[in-house]
Amino acid sequence: MSEAERTRGLGVSEYETVEAIKGPLLFVRGVSGVAFDEIVEVELQNGEKRRGRVLDVGNEVAVVQVFEGTTGITTVGTKVRFLGQTLELPVSEDMLGRIFNGLGDPIDGGPPIVAEEKRDINGEPLNPSARTYPEDFIQTGVSAIDGMNTLVRGQKLPLFSGSGLPHNVLAAQIARQATVRGEQEEFAVVFAAIGIKHDEALFFKKFFEETGAISKVAMFLNLANEPAMIRLVTPRVALTLAEYLAYERDMHVLAIITDMTNYAEALREISAAREEVPGRQGYPGYMYSDLATIYERAGRAHGKKGSITQMPILTMPNDDITHPIPDLTGYITEGQIVLDRSLYNRGIYPPINVLMSLSRLMKEGIGEGKTRADHANVSDQLYSAYSRAQELRSLATIIGEESLSAVDKKYLRFAEAFERRFLSQGVNENRSIEETLDIAWEVLSILPERELTNIKPEFIKKYYKARG
Amino acid sequence: MGVVGKIVRISGPLVIADGMTGAQMYEMVEVGEDRLIGEINRIEGDRAYIQVYESTTGVKPGEPVYGTGYPLSVELGPGLLTQIYDGIQRPLELIKSKTGSIFVKRGVKVDPLPREKKWHFKPVDGLRKGDKLEPGALLGTVQETPLIEHRVLLPPNVKGKLVELASEGDYTIEDTIAVVEEEGEKKEVKLYHRWPARIPRPFRDKLEPTEPLLTGLRIIDTLFPMAKGGTGAIPGGFGTGKTVTLHGLAQWSAARVVIYIGCGERGNEMTEVLERFPKYKDPWTGRPLMERTILIANTSNMPVAAREASIYVGITMAEYYRDQGYDVLLVADSTSRWAEALREIAGRLEEMPAEEGYPSYLASRLAEFYERAGRVVAQGTPERIGSVTVAGAVSPPGGDFTEPVTSHTKRFIRVFWALDTALAYSRHYPAINWIISYSAYAETVKEWWHKNVSPEWYDLRTEAMNILLREDEVKEIVRLVGTEGLSEPDKLVLLTARLLKDGFLKQNAFDPIDAFSEPVKQFKLLQAMIYFHRNAMKLVQAGKLNVAQIQDGLADEFSELVRARFTVPNDQVEKIDELRERILNKLSQLGGE
Repeated sequence: MSEAERTRGLGVSEYETVEAIKGPLLFVRGVSGVAFDEIVEVELQNGEKRRGRVLDVGNEVAVVQVFEGTTGITTVGTKVRFLGQTLELPVSEDMLGRIFNGLGDPIDGGPPIVAEEKRDINGEPLNPSARTYPEDFIQTGVSAIDGMNTLVRGQKLPLFSGSGLPHNVLAAQIARQATVRGEQEEFAVVFAAIGIKHDEALFFKKFFEETGAISKVAMFLNLANEPAMIRLVTPRVALTLAEYLAYERDMHVLAIITDMTNYAEALREISAAREEVPGRQGYPGYMYSDLATIYERAGRAHGKKGSITQMPILTMPNDDITHPIPDLTGYITEGQIVLDRSLYNRGIYPPINVLMSLSRLMKEGIGEGKTRADHANVSDQLYSAYSRAQELRSLATIIGEESLSAVDKKYLRFAEAFERRFLSQGVNENRSIEETLDIAWEVLSILPERELTNIKPEFIKKYYKARG
Repeated sequence: MGVVGKIVRISGPLVIADGMTGAQMYEMVEVGEDRLIGEINRIEGDRAYIQVYESTTGVKPGEPVYGTGYPLSVELGPGLLTQIYDGIQRPLELIKSKTGSIFVKRGVKVDPLPREKKWHFKPVDGLRKGDKLEPGALLGTVQETPLIEHRVLLPPNVKGKLVELASEGDYTIEDTIAVVEEEGEKKEVKLYHRWPARIPRPFRDKLEPTEPLLTGLRIIDTLFPMAKGGTGAIPGGFGTGKTVTLHGLAQWSAARVVIYIGCGERGNEMTEVLERFPKYKDPWTGRPLMERTILIANTSNMPVAAREASIYVGITMAEYYRDQGYDVLLVADSTSRWAEALREIAGRLEEMPAEEGYPSYLASRLAEFYERAGRVVAQGTPERIGSVTVAGAVSPPGGDFTEPVTSHTKRFIRVFWALDTALAYSRHYPAINWIISYSAYAETVKEWWHKNVSPEWYDLRTEAMNILLREDEVKEIVRLVGTEGLSEPDKLVLLTARLLKDGFLKQNAFDPIDAFSEPVKQFKLLQAMIYFHRNAMKLVQAGKLNVAQIQDGLADEFSELVRARFTVPNDQVEKIDELRERILNKLSQLGGE
């Protein structure tokens, strides 16, 4: 029996026994027959209705988290209705092209959604033995990603950014350019905005409209001025639709979720209100497991044509990658694309710090038949040469560039060309993987042949063209 | 049967029930109308606190709790190998076929071992009715997979006179294959038995780990070796390659049985093992790797309480094959997630937290777990020596090795493979930092290398370590004053260290030739580099050559040497000898000798 079946059809029960209100929590006394995680409707004295869910239930007291906040709620005269079901989203293919609030209600003035099915927003863990290992190369047209941190279909690859960095522009560029070569398949974009500013949401909306993709996009918006508790629901609502489209409607779904930092902060708020023992920096000890129930909802499964590729965006507080939010995210996701303020300040777009970035699923998505036989070697060599060049750069600031050996100076020239020629590209520039690799060889050829120790001799013979 | 109680409170994975008088600590219980599986971890009067291994969404106060009367146990018998289980030994394949869903549904009841499958049992020669048998006595064998002969033993808590032994034939695990009698009581023995996961299986004697557990990874086998029956931890921030290294161990190590616990990690990583291991060949036997592997998967989005159990379920299986006389490798990825599960449960129980919210018994739980590793003489006849080697990943928050799980783990392990973010950023894999890593087994496995590879091994290894340590100091100087002021010998140290790093320590897990390096190849590569260093040092110190001349004169040979790790296959190591001689000859020519 599924959770939905279990609780459906149970009677609605109503209480007016709010005993205490603390932060976003209501304590309701004298309840019976209330289920853990059940959904709740709270009716204020003035008739306003809010929604919430049961976080803890005992024989006497139920603890209810109110999504829209507890402002204005009183202990007398407030009706709390337990609805006898868990939070479910009515899903349908018609949701593409529509705009919803953070709880999944349409806010674009369009007709109501006729549900093809209702799904629990918490989802269920994908059975590891039902997963298919992701290995289809997605060409994003961005060299730093395709060449060195390749994205594959079904991967969860976050953008680690900082406030003010162009993560939205990059995410939009990827959403526009991403293709699996040689395929014409149904795709869709599910976009979840969590606590972002109105103009950011507008940027994405305009972008989807301009590119004509809007009919393939479902947007779930929880903006900065809306209640924080809804942020815990928004990504789950969006991914519930994504799962339906991928596994029941055979679509390849790209889920963009921004900004996960706001999500984690809402989680900390609710944990503090419940007086739980805090982990690092006040974030709850279970934040890892909680984030995993979002990020792990990506992938591909046996017998299903569709897939979910996830691209969450988060802004690192103070650009600190060891902060609990990026740290725990990095432990769950399959790599990360890190944006770098110093590259950005030097006018390089996209300002991707390749050394700190990583795609864990790259190895299966590249090589002969997928990209090109020399891809893995080239990527390794770019990494090792660029990291050596970075060491030499800091050395040069101490002892002066003149004191470096001739070979070391070539490394500095390589690094400069790497950043200006390979990394840097236009917002609308869509490079094929061959172009990307050719540019890579062009910048690698600045180095003497014998420095390319990560590359097999046959590839050097084929692609290396020595330059003075 | 067990007691029946009533739920009074639900808070996430914690359920509290009344009317539980008579329930045991750590008893398995079934919770609510869906009969979700849980385990009692605190008793107060008639009230029991239960950690539930499945999602408690929709459970209500007033629903029943059923005691089972036995603790969390593992079914041990033929059919374990090649399986993928969840944290409480439910086969995930069966869950999939039974529910017809790609998701893991709640409350699914499936048998850990196949009940219908028939195994061909061969009784052991020379056993006669009336023989007195001790626990662990060998009764017969079953070919579990082409790679592993399953030795059917008398369970640890059974002994007595043999009354009956089945003849050769095909049996299911429920068939009785032997009857023993002790003090007038007859006991039936089947192909399987159950064992409580939290209790270590008994053995006769513990031995010193002296044999290396070869892995084909150069930095491990040569610099920081693991021994059969040893314990090791592999800590590292995200992206440093913990999982790739552990997959490498599971794939290439010379263990006979591998148990891989994916504890709170990514679903796709388990899928990767599931898809790859049936195709990949064990380098030591040429058979598909899956035939020696058991997977336990509690991915990060699966219920947290089962994460805590998965570690015990895995190590109990490891001990079971150890008792049969096999060398078993247990890989736990990651023990930090297990510790976090402990923390979450402790927090829900409102226990007093120690460091960073972890319960005060974190250290003792870690100690108990790692202590279940070891090389032992098993119980029973004939004498069998088996081992359990434990390699546990640690995921320190922010890559900070002073955090509680890493610092406590260090107290109980003998090998420390510290992964380094800076190395990973420059794609130096495996990113094991040679300055802070250590192995207490380097001394104990020396004999094996000297007997089987070369008596020079230990000296060359020490010299390599010294060069790398010296390089680290010299680099400090370079950071302050640049390379100009360095002495020629120190410049040579930098040069050789770069050869060692690029040509020996770096290893590409995805290159067919480089991924697995046999001991002889490892030794020859090391030998070529150290011989070069010795000879060059003599010339440099005598003032006959400077390092710049060496670097220019031997540039092509150096790139050849650095590439040898992926251009010279294991069966053509004489090419490294030839290259070494060329380097040494050219060096003496340059030096005018």
